[in-house]
Amino acid sequence: MSRTNVRKVRRLIQGNEAVVEGALAAGCRFFAGYPITPASEIAELFAERMPQVGGVFIQMEDEIASLGAVLGASLAGAKAMTATSGPGFSLMQENLGFGCIAEIPCVIVNVMRAGPSTGLPTSPAQGDVLQARWGTHGDHPIIVLAASSVWDCFTLTVEAFNLSEKYRVPVILLSDAIVAHTRETIELPDPGTLKIVDRVKPTMPPEWYIPYQDNPTGVPPMAAFGDGYRYHVTGLIHDVRGFPTQRVDEITSFMSRLFRKITQGFQEIFITSGFMLEDAEYAVIAYGSVARAAKRAIREARDRGIKAGLLQLITLFPFPKRTVQGVLSKSKGVLVPEMNLGQISREVKRVNECMTKVYKLNRIDGQGIKPQEILAAILQMWEELK
Amino acid sequence: MEETRREKRYGHTIFRDWCKQCGICVAFCPKKVFDRDPKGAPIVARPQDCIGCRFCELHCPDFAISITEKDQRN
Amino acid sequence: MKKPITKLIHEYLRHDKKFPHVWCPGCGNGIVLGGLIRAIDAVGLSKDQVVLVSGIGCSGRMSVYVDFNTLHTTHGRALTFATGIKLVKPELTVVVVMGDGDALSIGGNHLIHAARRNVDINAIIVNNQIYGMTGGQFSSTTPYGAYATTSPYGNIEHAFPISELAVVAGASFVARATVYHAQLLEGMIEAALKKRGFSLVEVISTCPVQYGRRNKLADPVAMMTYLKENSVKKEKADTMDPKEIKDKFVIGILADVEKPVYMEDYLQVKEKSKS
Repeated sequence: MSRTNVRKVRRLIQGNEAVVEGALAAGCRFFAGYPITPASEIAELFAERMPQVGGVFIQMEDEIASLGAVLGASLAGAKAMTATSGPGFSLMQENLGFGCIAEIPCVIVNVMRAGPSTGLPTSPAQGDVLQARWGTHGDHPIIVLAASSVWDCFTLTVEAFNLSEKYRVPVILLSDAIVAHTRETIELPDPGTLKIVDRVKPTMPPEWYIPYQDNPTGVPPMAAFGDGYRYHVTGLIHDVRGFPTQRVDEITSFMSRLFRKITQGFQEIFITSGFMLEDAEYAVIAYGSVARAAKRAIREARDRGIKAGLLQLITLFPFPKRTVQGVLSKSKGVLVPEMNLGQISREVKRVNECMTKVYKLNRIDGQGIKPQEILAAILQMWEELK
Repeated sequence: MEETRREKRYGHTIFRDWCKQCGICVAFCPKKVFDRDPKGAPIVARPQDCIGCRFCELHCPDFAISITEKDQRN
Repeated sequence: MKKPITKLIHEYLRHDKKFPHVWCPGCGNGIVLGGLIRAIDAVGLSKDQVVLVSGIGCSGRMSVYVDFNTLHTTHGRALTFATGIKLVKPELTVVVVMGDGDALSIGGNHLIHAARRNVDINAIIVNNQIYGMTGGQFSSTTPYGAYATTSPYGNIEHAFPISELAVVAGASFVARATVYHAQLLEGMIEAALKKRGFSLVEVISTCPVQYGRRNKLADPVAMMTYLKENSVKKEKADTMDPKEIKDKFVIGILADVEKPVYMEDYLQVKEKSKS
């Protein structure tokens, strides 16, 4: 980015604040939430900022209601989001499924804390990764992103809205107590320089509008309530007009479109970032705050002459299989450090197909994974495989 | 006045495809205008007795009966 | 010439949907839907202006049949979706239809908070005192002692008084009617639609198949007669001994108060935030 742009604003903010800035920049104008540590700052800042930009902030009676209100707001045409942590995210799962089946764009930020249950409310974890993918019942498409820094919190919130609007699917942005509460100086981009995607709206006369009709993108235009396109929205499997159906042919075409719209967009949806990966023989695959610790470990490993590199997963689901396989195929060994007992290493092993050896490094004690621990694991892997 | 009341002032249309034979119209008609056919659906047996109160129309859960007022001059 | 009733209702139905509708013979849902349509027509709202939100259960199917903006949500959560819609598009009239299981059991928390918050939403609770769609289990409004598939020896739980609950929770307008009192029902819904703030119309409805069959009211006519004989107008009830009205349905307007409406206050929040 050019340094000559004087309108850029440098600010020292925490991850949760960056989420709010990103959301507002993306055009989010509705927030509903319920207080929960360590996500509460997001609601607090929205309470202050939303009315200033003409949007709506509401504190609901629980997280179920929060996501319900968000889905309603989105159906009325607003870009909408909520933010929570593990226990609240668990409560949201039913309405999350509604968002998937009714194809309602929305963003859910989950600032992960250690679980299960009330767990360790103020400690970081990455225990909700598979819940984000599979938490709601039934086969469903969903997009899950993971932020590793304050800057990520800003840009990935924008990205989450863009993907959500484009593919008409709920997008979950995972952060954790470390990312959320770290303060860093970031340069907020000039709003005009950001790529902002808005949902496609119908342009045909209302009597021609078939709300769930397939098209080459698999994403039908979405009318807002009150725009003159009266149609039916339901959590039941529905036909192209939105009416419940039990016909096998209609169910099949509906469900296959739901998944096709995401698979067609894989190129765009898969976001990863490589660090010293070009010549790496030993790779670390990490996401969230652990990816930052991994960077330092890799630098130190390089200082010791070990060709280590990092593949940072920004999109966790759909799982970026091809990119991960690319790294697996040319590495002598791969280490997957994460603050759970192996939720992403499981995915890595699934796509490994015996190409290389996959090592795990796990913590579930409410402590972040430190660079030294990752370095030690890299050294151990190197000792075993050299 | 007594004479006009005896005239058939109201038309009764029953949408038989929509009727589920619940019997509400037959039971609550204050003038007992309807009889039930063997399946239980209403038959307009005494249309001339209808006073146009529309209880049946207001209470038909299936939107299956319509009462129309006939032009008196005919 | 009186206004047509059934013909008017037909104008609001989605005729590409299959009729007759799914509800059992004698089910009160159709009567409620009819009353709602007539009230909307009487207020003079266009179809585009109305959003009908429903939950899950027999009453939840109401939204699919009418030609408004319609939303069939998750079980018990209809009011939360409606809140989001209303806050984004305050110019729309948002009507929420729920059953008793929907609104009082699984969604009870949302009901009291929607009333407390006083968002301008019109809630209609079709209280048939039973879980109909799932096969006749007792609900949170099933009378004490009544039989249901999950209370085969008689219900030992006590029924929620829906309307009274909404009154104390802070709703601007609360009324009760029954499906027998269809004209009163229509009038109450019309008044609710015109009222600013959260309004609730509780409709005592009939479920001859799941409730009546197990409680000596199997015939739709018997159920309607029961409603007729056990309802007392609010004005009359006020003059009666509370013991006399203990098991009666008190019908009419139970609360009609003026209080700040959420969105109007939020407009002031917007102004304050900019200064």
